[in-house]
Amino acid sequence: MDGYYAFMLVATALVLMMTVPALSLFYGGMTRSKSVLNMMMMSFGAFGIATLVFVLWGWSEGWGNLGNGDLISNPFTLFGLKDVEWSGYIGMAFQLTFAAITAALISGAVADRVKFSSWMVFVPIWLTLCYFPIAHNVWGGGWLSDHWVAQDYAGGTVVHINAGVAGLVLALVVGKRVGWPKEPMRPHNLTLTMIGAGLLWFGWYGFNVGSIVFVAGDNGPKDTAQFMSETGVTFVNTTVATAAAMLAWLLTERIVHGKATSLGAASGIVAGLVAITPSCGAVNVYGAIIIGVVAGALCALAVSAKFKLGFDDSLDVVGVHLVGGLVGTLLIGFVSTASAPGGVDGLFYGGGLTSLGHQLMAALFTIVWTGVLTTVIAVAIKYTIGWRVVDEAEVEGIDGDQHSESAYEIAAGTGVLS
Amino acid sequence: MKLVTAVIKPHKWEDVREALETFGVTGMTVSEVSGYGRQKGHTEVYRGAEYDIALVPKIRIEIVIDDDDADDVVGLIVKTAQTGRIGDGKVWLSPVETVVRVRTGDRDSAAL
Repeated sequence: MDGYYAFMLVATALVLMMTVPALSLFYGGMTRSKSVLNMMMMSFGAFGIATLVFVLWGWSEGWGNLGNGDLISNPFTLFGLKDVEWSGYIGMAFQLTFAAITAALISGAVADRVKFSSWMVFVPIWLTLCYFPIAHNVWGGGWLSDHWVAQDYAGGTVVHINAGVAGLVLALVVGKRVGWPKEPMRPHNLTLTMIGAGLLWFGWYGFNVGSIVFVAGDNGPKDTAQFMSETGVTFVNTTVATAAAMLAWLLTERIVHGKATSLGAASGIVAGLVAITPSCGAVNVYGAIIIGVVAGALCALAVSAKFKLGFDDSLDVVGVHLVGGLVGTLLIGFVSTASAPGGVDGLFYGGGLTSLGHQLMAALFTIVWTGVLTTVIAVAIKYTIGWRVVDEAEVEGIDGDQHSESAYEIAAGTGVLS
Repeated sequence: MKLVTAVIKPHKWEDVREALETFGVTGMTVSEVSGYGRQKGHTEVYRGAEYDIALVPKIRIEIVIDDDDADDVVGLIVKTAQTGRIGDGKVWLSPVETVVRVRTGDRDSAAL
């Protein structure tokens, strides 16, 4: 399995690229020009913190006691990668990049207004209380997977529903930006957002295809055979669903708002990638098309909900990641097929309601766990160190206030170096 | 002397410049500006959210000329920049007391 090992080195680097720089570009372009650096720094900062937390106790807390059937795993068993074989390092590093991007995804819900220090305190606590436990329950043989065998190939629950719920909670606890929704807060550079979406798509092949788990585990012919067949399926499903979702988003906004937009294309790509994340190993090409179309259209409609409900989820973490994650996770219950690598028939393939029930329980488990604990963390931060920069700094631009920098030079500087 | 100020549609700027040059206007100051008149901006849609964009990009031209040429220049700009649609812009004249050429110190007509 030398080929698999080499592939995982590449896949892990690809997923790293999804956070720095892909997600930071995708998000950064959507903010106003006075807060793009802070937006990008939230992704970079999250990656730094997640890395240290992961090698210290994250790996142990998620995967340290595989199959113990408990809600959590002991964070100290493998503390600091104690007793982890070097040959196992790359599998650990692969999961590290997942934890980092999940935390970074949340930042879009609170763009333009949060103190960088508060964000850097939130990330490690959230990973410890929400991310690693969910990962343990879904992938690490914890309590959930002991009771409901949900299919989540690459993180529909662990990554996207998880980040989406956390984003919703943060948007509610942190509150609206000054002037929202009356004042127009247009994306300042959609070319950055398009580049970011394209790089996310590219990196997602590492994310999804790299998430293969070997059934036989013989490290020989059986694993090789599975690797040679399954990776093609997950690769193609990822591509097909993403293309379908982009088209569905564009068509939806063409019908509802009159124009197909570049932001719609970028958003549709991400919605499709999110929805095919849990399902890329569970469905055939038709399933991938259905999941892509439903995710693209539904997310395109869902992003308007925040205006009706009045919460400032600035860059639509809820509308894209929570909704897209739910679409992908729940549609497995309908369109998964035993002829796909996952080997489970959904409702449409004569498998009855069993699969749907398991998928629903995994989604609910994630929503409740993360919903409750994120509220606790967010409220605790609100009443201790506080979340918000002062209103004046927010209006003048968080980049200058939090980082003493500006992204773009509008006028030549006149200051003298002191 | 008069100061001619014209605010016109950006895509008409090249035509106006050519016409003024042919007429004999030797210099001008041009800036990219934004504003709005009766047409009131436009609408943009991002992820389904509609934004009213009040300001429309325009080109502002400023020329100082002799009194005798003023009406011709104004007429020329109006004729060239006109599309007949809303948002074509405005041209106005204002009196100028004194003009000095910085290089030589020439004043008024000699400085034009």
